[in-house]
Amino acid sequence: MTAPYDPGSERTLRFARLASLPVEPVGSGGESNGVGAALKVFRHRQMLDLLVRRDLKSRYKDSSLGFVWTLIRPLTQLLIYYVVLGQFLGAARGIPDFAVYIFSGLTIYGLFSEIVQSGVGSIVSNAGLVKKVYLPREVFPLASVGAAIFNFAIQMVVLIAAVLLSGSLRVETDLFYAIPSIVLIIVYGTAFALLLSAVNVYLRDTQYLTEVLMMFMMWASPIVYAWSMAKNIMGGGLLLDVYTNNPITLAVLGFHKAFWGSGADTEYPDLLLLRMVIAIAVGFVLLAVFHGVFRRLQGNFAQEL
Amino acid sequence: MTTATETETSALPPVVIDVEKASKRFVVRRDNSLKERIVTLGRAGRRHSEDFWALRDIDLTIRAGETIALIGHNGSGKSTLLKLIGGILDPTTGSVQGRGRVAALLELGAGFHPDLTGRENVYLNASVLGLSREETDARFGDIAAFSGIGGFMDTQVKFYSSGMYVRLAFAVAVHTDPDILIVDEVLAVGDEAFQRKCMDRIRGFQADGRTIILVTHSMPQVAELCDRAVLLDHGRIKVDGDPNDAIMAFRDLLEEQRLADLAAKELEPDDPAFARIVSTTLTVDGEPALIVQPDDHLTIEATVYHPTGIDEWLCAVQIDSEHGQVVFGTGSNHAPESAGPLKGKRTVRIDVPGLHLGGGKYFVSVSLMDRAGRQLAGAPQTLSFNVPSAETSWGTVSAIPTISFSDAQ
Repeated sequence: MTAPYDPGSERTLRFARLASLPVEPVGSGGESNGVGAALKVFRHRQMLDLLVRRDLKSRYKDSSLGFVWTLIRPLTQLLIYYVVLGQFLGAARGIPDFAVYIFSGLTIYGLFSEIVQSGVGSIVSNAGLVKKVYLPREVFPLASVGAAIFNFAIQMVVLIAAVLLSGSLRVETDLFYAIPSIVLIIVYGTAFALLLSAVNVYLRDTQYLTEVLMMFMMWASPIVYAWSMAKNIMGGGLLLDVYTNNPITLAVLGFHKAFWGSGADTEYPDLLLLRMVIAIAVGFVLLAVFHGVFRRLQGNFAQEL
Repeated sequence: MTTATETETSALPPVVIDVEKASKRFVVRRDNSLKERIVTLGRAGRRHSEDFWALRDIDLTIRAGETIALIGHNGSGKSTLLKLIGGILDPTTGSVQGRGRVAALLELGAGFHPDLTGRENVYLNASVLGLSREETDARFGDIAAFSGIGGFMDTQVKFYSSGMYVRLAFAVAVHTDPDILIVDEVLAVGDEAFQRKCMDRIRGFQADGRTIILVTHSMPQVAELCDRAVLLDHGRIKVDGDPNDAIMAFRDLLEEQRLADLAAKELEPDDPAFARIVSTTLTVDGEPALIVQPDDHLTIEATVYHPTGIDEWLCAVQIDSEHGQVVFGTGSNHAPESAGPLKGKRTVRIDVPGLHLGGGKYFVSVSLMDRAGRQLAGAPQTLSFNVPSAETSWGTVSAIPTISFSDAQ
């Protein structure tokens, strides 16, 4: 130590500072409400940032292509759907610029599926930390959300480039629809990531169940077919309402509206924007409720892992 | 150090951890998949799970600046208590409150990611332990120097040797400026030089008035480092106070348990396992003594018992300082005459004229061994005595020095 060092005064100062601090319950018993817990997470935002970086860095650690892999998977999906569904099965006939159509849907759906699928295992895969150090446990699913958003951003760059190249981008107010779509997906994705990551600690089947549900959800929204096709089959009743107001369908439709310029005259559900705003509001309520469930379940994480 | 704090303030230091009537229940389940849960739902499910109380009604108040050890046999609940204090587990009933920055070292390098470099892991680990990026920046040089990792800082930690890994983790942990350091048996890492560095650091922490809570199985470490010890047994606090008292109580507990285990085995009363040390006494000039002067004539008598009889045996006596260092030891095999076989009870008398020990507290341990050196029965730290401090010297040995001066050329 170079500075003059006086343990006695260090001691006195520390005791005085400690005496001035309030005595609080330790660990997760501290916050009686979700706001307190959210503040605690906010105070750990630097660590959250580091965890996101860790997730990203470790994912493609020793591969030579690295982040290119985040693009290869959706591009392959695009190719398969474009060729098989679009050309062989003829889905492309009623949909101009089918490639852009699929890719915009896949991009926004990919965000949701990545948030949920990497979120669901996040507590279990960080068992080493959860069992040994106290941290607000929300940081683990949130770090998965952060990493998913990063990958989504890369895909967005590709999507925008593709849209520009295909010449189907029209500078119009419709581009604005991308924003509520992304908000919608992040809110719902985070809500489910929190809930499922906590449930997965107690029931490891959750992560397999999630995989199956994610596959189902992809086909339950108009990504590789048009919304009007679904409407024609379902008719105008309750079933269609349920199908349309599914937040993922809304987000996919929003993305189509924003990036799929060639389909400007296609039929969209009326009041799309209003539906999205309501869904976002419901999503925030869901987020609060699921966070509440998470907080109730987290007390026993360390012993269940 | 103690005199400094006494003059500073007459009031007690602030409370940093307050455990109130805390209990912790674990449910031991035998099924974990969805199918099993559904199959055993409801009442049947209860038969598939068992309650286990790891801790019961723990009351514990820890004040700033204390170094406190949690001791007890395996499964006594000490690690669970440490986790409650660290906030890693929530108590089933009761409450745990605290203040100040806590660094829990329940496992060194918890959260180290093998694919990240040493540098990246330092930042991540420091942030897990509560340091901001700027603080880590400022301390990075110190951490690197303390760990001695040198040129490997930018190598992925999966290529580190286990020693490097642990040194880096410890370096991060001790540089996080905690008010409360929670340590679970991680002090025994690294080579001797690194261990000494760690111990120096711990002593520095004590001088800084930081609170240290540690779980350890090393009794000398408890005696040496701690000013308070808590003995846990089956989830309850047995002793809370002076480390030496707690250690003695712990040894009694272990001995009780050993006898209980023997009884549970339903052995024949003449089984050799019942060999024991019946009694031990320490006398000075024929009087039982608790205080021994440096030049006193000590007599230690031990009565040993063997039910079936053995031809060759050895009764060893050892005197340890309160830091666990052996200061004197001898055995019945050094007697001028042969001891003869041991069947039933026999008494060994060892006379030590003038042991000349320095001031401090000492413990006497006695053990009975067979020819191969296997311990048949032991009475660790069965007796203790104090030696008053000498006026003209310090240390383990007492002697009266004569000091003079002469002019050097």
